[in-house]
Amino acid sequence: MSAETLISALYVFALAAFLGYQVISRVPPLLHTPLMSATNAISGISLVGSIVTAGARYNTVSTILGFIAVVCSTTNVVGGFVITDRMLKMFKRKELVKKD
Amino acid sequence: MQTYFIELSYLLASIFFILGLKGMSHPETAKRGMHLAEFGMLMAIIGTLVHHEIVTYTWILAGLAVGSVVGLAMGLWVPMTAMPQRTALSHAFGAFAAALVGISEFYRYGGHLEGRIMMSALGFEVMLGALTTTGSLLAFAKLQGLVRGTPMTYKGQNIFNMALLAVTIGIFVYLIVVPGSMPLFFTMVGLAFVFGLLLVMPIGSADMPVVMSLLNSYAGLASAATGFVLSNKVLIIAGTLDGFSGFILSILMCRAMNRSMTNVLFGAFGSAATAAAGGEQQGSMREVGLEDIATQLAYANKVVFVPGYGLATAQAQHAVRELADVLEKRGVTVKYGIHPVAGRMPGHMNVLLAEANVPYSSLYELEQINPEFSSTDVAVVIGANDVVNPDARDNPGSPIAGMPILEVDRSKSVVVLKRGQGKGFSGLENPLFFKPVTGMLYGDAKDTLTRLVQAVQHA
Repeated sequence: MSAETLISALYVFALAAFLGYQVISRVPPLLHTPLMSATNAISGISLVGSIVTAGARYNTVSTILGFIAVVCSTTNVVGGFVITDRMLKMFKRKELVKKD
Repeated sequence: MQTYFIELSYLLASIFFILGLKGMSHPETAKRGMHLAEFGMLMAIIGTLVHHEIVTYTWILAGLAVGSVVGLAMGLWVPMTAMPQRTALSHAFGAFAAALVGISEFYRYGGHLEGRIMMSALGFEVMLGALTTTGSLLAFAKLQGLVRGTPMTYKGQNIFNMALLAVTIGIFVYLIVVPGSMPLFFTMVGLAFVFGLLLVMPIGSADMPVVMSLLNSYAGLASAATGFVLSNKVLIIAGTLDGFSGFILSILMCRAMNRSMTNVLFGAFGSAATAAAGGEQQGSMREVGLEDIATQLAYANKVVFVPGYGLATAQAQHAVRELADVLEKRGVTVKYGIHPVAGRMPGHMNVLLAEANVPYSSLYELEQINPEFSSTDVAVVIGANDVVNPDARDNPGSPIAGMPILEVDRSKSVVVLKRGQGKGFSGLENPLFFKPVTGMLYGDAKDTLTRLVQAVQHA
């Protein structure tokens, strides 16, 4: 890893940390469970790393590990988003609940 | 050209992820936000599929298919009461994926990575990934009831854990300085897997929300470290967001229990050591009749429900809402007081009640509801214990002294729905149960609430 790559990665990390703090401290306790499953789904983006590992044919071990990693990350992405949507649909305003 | 396409898709994904989380600040904007995040994810995946290093799609497509089926099944069928277990499992999956990618990278270069910084990042990735995997699996087993949920402790536990951690970090440092040893690397990975179990073992029951948040944080940081190893910015961003979200949640949870992170991690709360404190309770608990309570509720002006983990275990969320419905029909004002650490993960109670069609405007946070108890006629505590324990406020010697509580004992009357006469998960006596204002209703919460609905209708 070259110095420039590392520095730019550190920049991204620091700014993301700052932004994350700002954005997430605004989430009300009401939505903390959906928040957790949403961030879980989002961090399933490690899928993009797994995909390359599974498809690049570096060696058999890497392909197997990559395949398992793809399964795990995809489960998180799909499961996480589906369940977050399902939860968020339940949070209704008073008027909407009465109509049901 | 191809690189631009990939990087651009990652940039868009990062922006959509941030917008998605920003939407989470309100229930009305959250759904749209999530759709943006989902779109961002799709972009990133499509972008990755054209990566020049990919030569075969067989395993990728197979993995995507299997993962989608498992994820969809879990997403659609897991009941809301099992949400803590599901979340623990997904932390394990995410962390395991990160660990595997790290191991594969190490193996691919035969341990001779490009420079020490790379090895440091990879070490963090693999260690955090490994310990979060086993830690989350143990948390899952505890929540699912596969193993006992209470803390498991033994003499010298903290010293042993620290020693193990020191050895693991020692190997890590050695690998950075003298790279290339496969056996040492795999020893380090193995030790990290073991350490995950040891870390979660002594933490149990009521401390679960903190553990869940911490594991969330670790899983996110493992992803961020993967981003450093692969020089992939969207991974760094998404992992950091996840890591910080978990970190903020664990701080909020600790604050809601007035305890420090070290105390939660190494204190093994709820073990025999703390049981002696508090002393003997004088007086006796007063058991009350269902009919009396029904009458009280029916003629009240304001009723506040205070749910705890017992609500989830009894699956009583729908029964509460039915009771609230019949009360509201009679003109009673009904509110719900939610303690931040009620349940087994942050926001657990809110989701359960939302599932039962309780509008979110009726759910009140601790600071909002506490001033209202003095004007409350009946406070109904359902399967909650420590979060309503007045000792936290009145007794400086109590192990939970200083923990913010829902002050139900300020209302005109308190009804406690409880499974049996036993103590709560913390093993502490709860003076609330002995107060003259308090009446106890024993039995399964769901069953009791259903019978209360009928009794109120006839009142």
